[in-house]
Amino acid sequence: MAPVKVFGSAMSTNVVRVLVCLEEVGAEYEVVNIDFQAKEHKSPEHVARNPFGQIPAFQDGDLFLFESRAIAKYVARKHKSADADLLREGNLNEAAMVDVWTEVEAHQYNPAISPIVYECLVNPAMKGLPTNQKVVDESLDKLKKVLEVYEARLSKTKYLAGDFVSFADLNHFPYTYYFMATPHALVFDSYPHVKVWWESLMSRPSVKKLSANMPTSWP
Amino acid sequence: MARGEEGTATVPKVYGVATVLVCLEEAGAAYEVVPLDMAAREQEAPHHRARNPLGKIPAFEDGDLMLFESRAIARYVLRKYKPDLLGGGDPKRAATVDAWVEAEAHQFHPPASHILRQVVILPMIGGARDQRVVDENVGRLRAVLDAYDARLAKHRYLAGGEEEASLADLAHVGVMLMLVGTEYGRRVVEERANVKAWWDRVALVDAEVGIRSTQSSR
Repeated sequence: MAPVKVFGSAMSTNVVRVLVCLEEVGAEYEVVNIDFQAKEHKSPEHVARNPFGQIPAFQDGDLFLFESRAIAKYVARKHKSADADLLREGNLNEAAMVDVWTEVEAHQYNPAISPIVYECLVNPAMKGLPTNQKVVDESLDKLKKVLEVYEARLSKTKYLAGDFVSFADLNHFPYTYYFMATPHALVFDSYPHVKVWWESLMSRPSVKKLSANMPTSWP
Repeated sequence: MARGEEGTATVPKVYGVATVLVCLEEAGAAYEVVPLDMAAREQEAPHHRARNPLGKIPAFEDGDLMLFESRAIARYVLRKYKPDLLGGGDPKRAATVDAWVEAEAHQFHPPASHILRQVVILPMIGGARDQRVVDENVGRLRAVLDAYDARLAKHRYLAGGEEEASLADLAHVGVMLMLVGTEYGRRVVEERANVKAWWDRVALVDAEVGIRSTQSSR
């Protein structure tokens, strides 16, 4: 069986969203870099894989997919095993809780945390732009409100969807990893259950392996 | 089944609430809409936060199970009653449904909801429209709908099914209903023949389920 292909940079948050699932299920894969500087993501060849001209894109034989969470779910289903059941689709209630907290990451957590990553790391290092402190401060306020909700949840369950690690937890890895390289990492110290949960994610072999390819400062 | 009635203080049947209602109707499930007094910000009160800790709508109860986030609720309903609309047991079809559900969430929804906020919501709450935000997001939406148009030139429905809409199509109903009630939305849809034909097909679903925009056309 040919390894599946993930198109995009192994440093990119949404590519890593897919890679962490591939690692967790032990699938063979190949990362095919897409050259952003050369606008390769907008080339007809890449748009044929991802109609919105973005990364990641994905290929498994004659199946082409786009949108990182859709790709990652496909991977999770294909390689589901007793050791790796990230979606819990055999149990209606558990699957629903995985979906709930996957949506919360996408629509509450990510919009609060990602502007901080862009303003503090990406804009200065990659675009030569200064940090917009107003955006950072507004985002920190939003993030704290979200983390209160997470703290309440993680005081009751070990992981977000229940006492089992799931797709919902893993989705938090890429952006949170980069957030921890900004000056605002200590925000998490005020939410002790969240901090324990994050540290347990960081200790997973899949996460450690991928972190090695995710530099937090660039020349 | 009982429903909240139009005209009373009830949960607006738009955005994510419409997504859930459309799925319940497609599933043929019995359900009840419980009114919330949004003018009094009941969605932020402790008894509602017990269902949705983010203090938003919709929330959902099925026996002991309490859910929030409209797309998670929609998936639960379809998985329970009509899993074909999620792609059934076919992993490739399920993945394609997922990809276009994600496209709704991350490509279509952001510019569309910016336009709706400026053109529909802000005037309702006494705010002033920022035309630059409208123009910028109309531009973004045009680019997104160009990608949709290319897809829908080849397939009747987004996930490729020829017979039946999937969650990918249904997830658009709430926002599309409001959007085509605005001049900007009408224009960007009508400019794209395949998108227009697709929306006419999907809107038949909405007509059957009795979901109506609570906003008048402008």
